[in-house]
Amino acid sequence: MNPRILAVTTGRILRQLRHDRRTVALLVLVPTVLLTLVYYMYADQPAPPAGPSTFDRIALVMLGFFPFIVMFLVTSIAMLRERTTGTLERLLTTPLAKADLLFGYGIAFGLAGAVQAAVASAVAYWVFGLDTAGASGLVIMIAALNAVLAVALGLFCSAFARTEFQAVQFMPVVVAPQLLLCGLFVPRGEMAGWLQAISDVLPLSYAVEALQEVGAHAEPTGTMWRDVAVVAGAAVLALVLAAATLRRRSG
Amino acid sequence: MDDAIALRDLVVDRGRRRVLHGISCAVPRGVVAGLLGPSGSGKTTLMRAVVGVQVVTGGTVTVLGRPAGSAELRRRVGYLTQAPSVYADLTVRENARYFAALHGRSRADADRAVADVGLGEASGQLVGTLSGGQRSRASLACALVGEPEVVVLDEPTVGQDPVLRADLWARFHELAAAGTTLLVSSHVMDEAARCDRLLLIREGRLIADDTPAAIRAAAGVTDLDEAFLRLIRANETGAAVGAGAHGTTGGTGREAS
Repeated sequence: MNPRILAVTTGRILRQLRHDRRTVALLVLVPTVLLTLVYYMYADQPAPPAGPSTFDRIALVMLGFFPFIVMFLVTSIAMLRERTTGTLERLLTTPLAKADLLFGYGIAFGLAGAVQAAVASAVAYWVFGLDTAGASGLVIMIAALNAVLAVALGLFCSAFARTEFQAVQFMPVVVAPQLLLCGLFVPRGEMAGWLQAISDVLPLSYAVEALQEVGAHAEPTGTMWRDVAVVAGAAVLALVLAAATLRRRSG
Repeated sequence: MDDAIALRDLVVDRGRRRVLHGISCAVPRGVVAGLLGPSGSGKTTLMRAVVGVQVVTGGTVTVLGRPAGSAELRRRVGYLTQAPSVYADLTVRENARYFAALHGRSRADADRAVADVGLGEASGQLVGTLSGGQRSRASLACALVGEPEVVVLDEPTVGQDPVLRADLWARFHELAAAGTTLLVSSHVMDEAARCDRLLLIREGRLIADDTPAAIRAAAGVTDLDEAFLRLIRANETGAAVGAGAHGTTGGTGREAS
């Protein structure tokens, strides 16, 4: 890996994103619109007898979802384009190392995810009065980490798609089970044993638990740091797998 | 051993199909070598093997004395793919500057490469908004920006206007005069005459490997198109080709035996 090549590659990816103003606008605005929907959905519902309000519980987890879902899709398509337009083949004939490209995507879209999470968090805290015991900075950090995880998974999955239609289909395959089993809909402890076992190997479960820890505790807890480490480890693993799908020679 | 590119018995299979049937040839340094042949004859596969992105079934490909595709060659070999491989959502200048940076070149080098392919005025335009010919020149600028010692260009002049095409060929000869080796594919015979050396391939076999003048002389005609036709016919009937010892190559002979 070469720091200069990594830097110019990250810059190139961000520049591509910047030229696509509509995508940038959607990235920033859609989470706010969805948070608004959720806020009014629960506005007239009776508050639960104990624990956080329903909006607080759901909004906190949603802040982690947005970058995960969006960055997975964006990365899958971006990497598929690199493969289909021949830029990837060309890049691999230059001094660029595979890690320069993969980490370039991780940093660029990780930053984009962080910006998205920061805007959505600002709206959630200031407009809709989201209340967490822990710091909002930790929420944004976990959301950004989710973005990096999603980028890594997207880079890996793009290797198995030939067309953009196929790439989009990986979204329900990779993302939906993680959403369903992460503990938002049914607490993980109350699921059947085999569902818990699946939930235990899905990285998003740990991201959601980390967010819930921030919601419930004023100071970062050991559980939260452990969860953060698990998510980071999963991202690194997915990047390694993605590197294995990048072949300099093909048939 | 001063050849820039040397192929020995290169065999390539794609899927179950044999695309290259044992090709042997050499390209000396500092020349413009034309790779000619009809569409589907294996030109692109041969070029991909030279750049080191093609899985090879048999034989060796040596570039600048090293096995094709070795890490050290990545800063010394430039590659233009047939379909323009540049980022449609970046401007011409941004594309060139990115590829320049990968090769450790400056922004000024990038801007010069863009001007050299006649895109100076369009340099601020998004590649996605360019015409096909302009887009392929943007791609060419990115292949040349690293000032590689060996340049592999897959049909660089398709869709270009005749004046620009002449300019590009002049540029290729300038580069060759400065010591760069260029392997340029084309299926247009009028471009063959502009090359210092010609490699003619057909159905994955090398039919001729010589200078345009020697090929004309060997076939006994002045028109290169006609000369190639005769070489192909002679090759098909299995008779000794008029070009004799230096006109045909070991690769073809081996296949026949």
